[in-house]
Amino acid sequence: MAETIIIALVKIALVIGGLMTAAAYFVLLERRMAAWIQDRRGPNRVGIPLTRIRLFGLGQPIADGVKFIFKEEFTPAHVDKLLYFLGPVVIFVAAIAAFAVIPFGSTLPDLGIEGLRGPIHLLVAPGVDVGLLYVFAVNSLAVYGLILGSWASNDKYSFFGGIRSGAQLISYEIPLGLGILGVVFVAGSLQLETIIGQQARTGVWNVFVQPLGFVVFLVAAFAEAARLPFDLPEAEQELVGGYHTEYSGIKLMMYLVAEFLHMITASFLIVILFFGGWHLWGLTGAGDEVTWPIAVLRVAVLLAKVTLVVLFFMLARWSWPRFRFDQLMDMAWKVMVPMGLVNLFVVAVWIEYGTRLVEALGLHGGIVMAAVGWAVLVATWLALTWAAPAVADNRPRLGPPYAQEEFEERPTP
Amino acid sequence: MKPDDKDIQWVEEPDLGASGKTYLPLFVEGMTTTIKHLLSPKMTVEFPEERHQIPDPILYRGVHRLNRDEQGRVKCVACFLCATACPAHCIDIVAAESPWPDREKYPASFTIDELRCIFCGMCEEACPVDAIELTSLFDLSGKSREEMVFDKEKLLSIYDRTKDSEPMRSVRMAAEGKPVGGERPAILPETEGPPEIAEKDNLAEPGATP
Repeated sequence: MAETIIIALVKIALVIGGLMTAAAYFVLLERRMAAWIQDRRGPNRVGIPLTRIRLFGLGQPIADGVKFIFKEEFTPAHVDKLLYFLGPVVIFVAAIAAFAVIPFGSTLPDLGIEGLRGPIHLLVAPGVDVGLLYVFAVNSLAVYGLILGSWASNDKYSFFGGIRSGAQLISYEIPLGLGILGVVFVAGSLQLETIIGQQARTGVWNVFVQPLGFVVFLVAAFAEAARLPFDLPEAEQELVGGYHTEYSGIKLMMYLVAEFLHMITASFLIVILFFGGWHLWGLTGAGDEVTWPIAVLRVAVLLAKVTLVVLFFMLARWSWPRFRFDQLMDMAWKVMVPMGLVNLFVVAVWIEYGTRLVEALGLHGGIVMAAVGWAVLVATWLALTWAAPAVADNRPRLGPPYAQEEFEERPTP
Repeated sequence: MKPDDKDIQWVEEPDLGASGKTYLPLFVEGMTTTIKHLLSPKMTVEFPEERHQIPDPILYRGVHRLNRDEQGRVKCVACFLCATACPAHCIDIVAAESPWPDREKYPASFTIDELRCIFCGMCEEACPVDAIELTSLFDLSGKSREEMVFDKEKLLSIYDRTKDSEPMRSVRMAAEGKPVGGERPAILPETEGPPEIAEKDNLAEPGATP
């Protein structure tokens, strides 16, 4: 029993330490990427403190952290003190807690220590059957953090940010769920290890066979992480700072770090659900029996994939303009939800009839399913193009009788 | 707002077209632009190690200098034209009897408050003897306000520092074969008698009758 607790504590320390470091360095990477894309150089000065060694600006996160900690932590007089404090705590805790069931590798072989028999699973809580459900449950708590903070701030910009984030995050929960349902159907489990294992065993990543589900999940994940094409809750150009307008010092840092953690969670989920997790053909093997090189390689492959997805998040930030709010909602309800439903339907039909049909005809299941998946993606995309549900003109209509009825001046008393 | 108000001009949204409604061309376009800029050379220079290359140091308006003549004396004749032209009133000259036979006055003290200066270059334009010029030095800094008031010695030392990289205008023009100093530019025709402009000035004078 004691060994289990020690192992769990070690893993928790690893995950939290790793996540904090990763978040800090992803902030630096984000700033450097932003600078490069804008033809600048970005922060490249700060190196080892008290020396002149620069190290490409790798000391910048330390300086940023010190700055945040030593800044004045100003609490405006008009806020609700308890909720104002609770907001960043809730969002931060929720963002960290989601990592309890997210694997950061496969397994380590037997360490050979007495009392520690059997392989060690590289995730904090191995064998949780509701894994994916837990991630979504905890992640959807983030919206409480945003709304608590924005409401407690008692400020109009924060309030608008909170309203927007409430509507956006809750709307995109549905496509997010629909996007993964196909994957869960195929794997037959909500456990993230099992989902990776299924992709590794067949060697067919879900992105090849369910591209439609991937598109839905990717867009919804961007929206859930409030990253740039969907960053309406904190749009600087519109809302000053959005829900964290009134925050400063370490509370602001908690909000910002939690935001990066959401992005990292989303990247992990994208990699695990659609890009085969730690699996890479011909390199990592597929079985449960691992040797040390294979175990290390699997961790490296998984983290490399996650880094690539994070880089894509950062590239996307500077590529596409922000959606208008009604376009955002149209996107969720009129584009992503139908797409997710179509994907769900196709996958269900495939599992019920397709597999047997393919076996009867003697074809390769993976190739046929990939062909079906891509055909469905193209067909759905074209159908949505034709219907154009997101091209909406919401301005007041011209001409009678609408104009007269709606906008007739009130008789003056 | 009344939608049928005559003052409202309704602008129709452009039609996206079939390819625009798929969103794909715009997505590709955005990503292409981003990646192109990500890989393109950077515009900024790393300042203390690497200095900004000024395209034309002669045209650049940086820190002032006071030029010296061939004998190493200050060229200024303390005519106050620069101080008069200066819109920021940052030039302070104390004139004195010249110890040299070729001019009447010379500046006993010549100070420029670099913190007040707006680097407009009017002093350089006004100077009749090419004594004050703006150099291409741009990184001017100091630890106190007093330090930023440059006196004659300091301004002359800036000339000593920059005379080789940026020769005086008179030296430059001589090298290019153009007339220098007090010579009249050749484009004005040599005319006998009072010039026309003088007559017009007389006419404009109040009370003067032709």
